[in-house]
Amino acid sequence: MDRSDWTKRFNPKISTRRIWGQIWYSLFLLAILIGVIGLTILIIRILVQGIPWLSITFLTEFPSRFPERAGMKSAIFGSIWIIGLTAVFTVPVGVGAAIYLEEYARKNWIYRIVEINVANLAGVPSIVYGLLGLAVFVQLLSLGRSVVAGALTMSLLVLPIVIITSREAIRSVPSTYREAAYGLGATQFQVVKSIVVPQALPGIMTGTILALSRAIGEAAPIIAISALVFLTFVPSHPLDQFTVMPIQIYNWVARPQEDFRGIAAAGIVVLLVVLLSMNAIAIIIRNKTQKRSEE
Amino acid sequence: MHSLFLLCALVSIVTTVGIVVSLFVESIGFFREVSPWEFLTGTRWSPILKPRSYGVLPLVTGTILVASVALALAVPVGLGIAIYLSEFANDRLRKVLKPMLEVLAGIPTVVYGYFALTFVTPQLQRLMPDLLVFNALSAGLVMGLMLIPMVSSLSEDAMVAVPRSLRNAAYALGATRLEVCLRVVVPAAISGIVASFILAFSRAIGETMLVTIAAGASPNLTANPLESIQTMTAFIVQLALGEAPHGSLEFQTIFAVGLLLFFMTLIMNILGNIIVRKVREEY
Repeated sequence: MDRSDWTKRFNPKISTRRIWGQIWYSLFLLAILIGVIGLTILIIRILVQGIPWLSITFLTEFPSRFPERAGMKSAIFGSIWIIGLTAVFTVPVGVGAAIYLEEYARKNWIYRIVEINVANLAGVPSIVYGLLGLAVFVQLLSLGRSVVAGALTMSLLVLPIVIITSREAIRSVPSTYREAAYGLGATQFQVVKSIVVPQALPGIMTGTILALSRAIGEAAPIIAISALVFLTFVPSHPLDQFTVMPIQIYNWVARPQEDFRGIAAAGIVVLLVVLLSMNAIAIIIRNKTQKRSEE
Repeated sequence: MHSLFLLCALVSIVTTVGIVVSLFVESIGFFREVSPWEFLTGTRWSPILKPRSYGVLPLVTGTILVASVALALAVPVGLGIAIYLSEFANDRLRKVLKPMLEVLAGIPTVVYGYFALTFVTPQLQRLMPDLLVFNALSAGLVMGLMLIPMVSSLSEDAMVAVPRSLRNAAYALGATRLEVCLRVVVPAAISGIVASFILAFSRAIGETMLVTIAAGASPNLTANPLESIQTMTAFIVQLALGEAPHGSLEFQTIFAVGLLLFFMTLIMNILGNIIVRKVREEY
């Protein structure tokens, strides 16, 4: 290698190299700044637009053609129904699948297929789950545009998240615990039931809450199921029609009148408060258990 | 009990089969009326208004246009944040930044749509008075903001996995911190970084509410982000809101577009996941 070629690849002058280092360093800082500023503007903008419209009646009234009287009662109750049923459907199946993959499965072809499949399912667009729900739950099983059809669709959507996070929680249970139980003569199911699941429970709960907070913000799959967006009753039965918070917000955003923009922002504030409190609960659970395991 | 747990695991397989079968079955009727060739190569999309035409290309280009704008923002910013977090940040800054990124990732997409329509578009219109209310640029930029955490966290994972010894060797040869970063760490982590771009692109293609709210509902074969377009996902929402009767051609059209969307994202996800897995095995 002659000298000219060598200097092309390496500049021996340390001062210019340091200056380049500074320039790039400020570019990295700029990247962080863009993210932080973007998030800040978004939050401030929504608070400024939404807070004037927030009131108790906003939470207790049904949607209305008049912005002053509009509320999100039906959407709040719809979301509660969907989240509740989704938890009931998805947690047993998701945790069961995680237990199978971590505790029972031999590393054979079924294991490989399930594993790859879960990773790919996590990346399927949510609207495609909506189409699945529309074809299978609404039409084929004739559940109609009902709460239960929405909840089943949502359960399939968040199932990969529950499986992935539960697996991580189960994997973090030290194998010495299991061996100690086996040493005392426990069967595999007893080990799972009395050692693994209780130990992994905080992690499983954190993962479930995160999965449900994903579900509460999802509108696309529910739009394919529910279609109807103007509801003036609260679902009282799993086969009732329903709407959820993000769809109600979409409905308001899509209207041309300026006042409904404010109503939409108020709806967003409510949705974000719910989401943040769910995340806070997840973080509290995580911190508590971390402390315990450090002791 | 073993078989009960196996059954739970098989639910995920059944889901995948269910998606593929239902998309295929519901779009068979569509492909009887419209040949797949016409569907994939036609340049005019007008499934509701006469004269009807079922060329899906305007929806595909609209989708890719928004996704490209999004990645043009999310890739440099996300990668910059990832490099900073993995190579420069101290623990205190990391403890502030990581939760902020998690918040950004956890915000529902309707909220991003609202932000694009009511804030970003008016701001852009001040710079470009001709800009339409619904346009690909505003939706794409806000989608980019949404994708930053995805790019940064996956890229950071890849860079953190690069062994310390590689960095130390470069320092011992007299490299500066930036040189270690750009010529050692990033090249060593490049496959993981590329995977993060692919997965972010796939996410951008499947994103629905943001583009439905902010990008418009006019199928438009264009590469100009200032125009109003329609994405594949936004089209599905538009028809789903219209409550197309089961069995009608409109109803089947949703599934044909959904099928195409599913395969586009599936290919990218498989590719991305294979690369991520490869990287994990290397170190």
